[in-house]
Amino acid sequence: MILQEGKGELVGWHDPDENRKWVEANKPRDMTKKITTAQEAVAKFVPDGCYLAMGGFGHVRVSMVMIYEMIRQRRKNIIMAGKTAVHDIDLLIGGSCVDRVEVAYAFAHELRGLSPGGRRAVEEGRVKVVAEISNAGYQWRFLAAQMGLPFIPTRAMLGTDTLEKSSAKVIKDPFSGKPICLLPAAYPDVAVIHVPRCDEFGNCQIDGTLVEDFELARAARRLIISAEEIISNDKIREKPWLTKIPYFLVDAVVEQKYGSHPCQMPMEYFFDEEHIGEWLALSKSDEGTRQYMDKYVFGTKDFDDYIRVIGGEAKMRELADVEHLRRPMTAPWLKNKGGE
Amino acid sequence: MTADYTTNELLACTASRVLEDRKVAFVGTGLPMIAGLLAQRIHAPNMLIVFEAGGIGPQVPVLPISVGDSRTVYRAIAASSMHEAMSMAQSGYIDFGFLGGAQIDMFGNLNTTVLGPHENPKVRLPGSGGANDVGSLCHRSILIMRQDKRKFAGKLDFITTPGYLRGGNSRYEAGLPAGSGPFRVISQLAMFDFEPVSKRMRLYSVHPGVEVKTVLESSGFDILVPDGVPTTEPPTKKELDMLQLIDPVGMVIAKR
Repeated sequence: MILQEGKGELVGWHDPDENRKWVEANKPRDMTKKITTAQEAVAKFVPDGCYLAMGGFGHVRVSMVMIYEMIRQRRKNIIMAGKTAVHDIDLLIGGSCVDRVEVAYAFAHELRGLSPGGRRAVEEGRVKVVAEISNAGYQWRFLAAQMGLPFIPTRAMLGTDTLEKSSAKVIKDPFSGKPICLLPAAYPDVAVIHVPRCDEFGNCQIDGTLVEDFELARAARRLIISAEEIISNDKIREKPWLTKIPYFLVDAVVEQKYGSHPCQMPMEYFFDEEHIGEWLALSKSDEGTRQYMDKYVFGTKDFDDYIRVIGGEAKMRELADVEHLRRPMTAPWLKNKGGE
Repeated sequence: MTADYTTNELLACTASRVLEDRKVAFVGTGLPMIAGLLAQRIHAPNMLIVFEAGGIGPQVPVLPISVGDSRTVYRAIAASSMHEAMSMAQSGYIDFGFLGGAQIDMFGNLNTTVLGPHENPKVRLPGSGGANDVGSLCHRSILIMRQDKRKFAGKLDFITTPGYLRGGNSRYEAGLPAGSGPFRVISQLAMFDFEPVSKRMRLYSVHPGVEVKTVLESSGFDILVPDGVPTTEPPTKKELDMLQLIDPVGMVIAKR
């Protein structure tokens, strides 16, 4: 018996049999080379109107190379998984690529403050929040999809408006007799995950926390990997216990050094706070947002060109020094903090 | 306030003292992280810190900016996943969790989603993030809030994260874990706990130099006041010095 039904839109759910059939027909079973360019990967696997989820967390290990390319190709009407979507969704909203979001966490930049662009878009009605959920809730939606199940139970969200505006349902648990929240599986049409290294078939290693990328990689129908470095299949086989995403989940592999800038790449380079600060300042107005896009996205032909514009190797060495604690961090937003 | 400490220093020290040694604390960015690190350095060296993105037991060299940042796994015991961290909370391993919000009500329910109607918000806030999970699943949550008549609200625009819901036994009846819920609320004026039967917010201690009257007037709902409310211990020099080391660039704690 259903005790409560969330009124949020059910995003990305498929009947498990239908999804099994889709996987059987569409996912690569043979180890073929999947190396391609950002341009081709977006053209082929990120259609207008798709349901998109990005890997990483906030400003950490985000495939910015693919975000810039989606904006460059002027994608429209994307439904975004706001699973702690921060810089990625902010830019996609600024580029008019996203018009609907299921929100666990979005429209803010953690310690840096609220996002001027994302907030304005929701408050003016240009972007619609179709459902609310929690971080654990979103991640367990991916876990249900990974497991090929229609839903997964959780004891979070009960009794709140977060549940009321979600796509979850509450039933009486037949074992304990207590109310339990059922989270529907979520199968993104496409997920994009940035990793430090993988081979040409898409076998990926990830350094640092996995966040929810383990589950997301297995839940998404199409998976694009961008990697700082392509390594040999022999290297993968030397330490198979480091493989967090195996090739048969992967549809495209894009090699892009510094592909997470201005976000952090754990153990490689730190957040570019100057650049994030520039975006936060410019995105306060539509005019500033256009200025940013013209300079960094439409004004650059690809991501290597963008890296040259933001300061090239010298800048990236500086960010590597901060990441490795050889140099203290600085940030424009720091001067507004610590007061009182 | 003429005291020789800032509001953020007072909040960090007061929150850190609520934490206990040999327990597990789930921390977020900003003050919670600082309170956790301070507790480890002052009175709770064996407390385990967990970050929701998967960092477990780091020896944090400098303050992380994000709960997913690589500083959260520096010399950690594990760089794990959100599934592991959140499952730890759901299965009972997490003793303390930290929360904050734009609005709180008398039962400790929190709003971090919208001001105004959900469909047509006046202000769109970030949403739950991990807050609903922390508030639902940790044994005891510590809520750090700026206090005024609007933020301590008679009615929330949106219940993002559960406190004691409608009070009494309603939290447990909704299916949330038995015995879990808000433990302390810390504002710039005072610290509060919850009356065990009604689950209404109750004054626990007032901060140095603050009148009880001021605390009560700075709330949109009635706060229970027991007899003989003590004064919160002010930050010590040792704590203040330690805070400078924890946040050397002044992300949350002003440089002295």
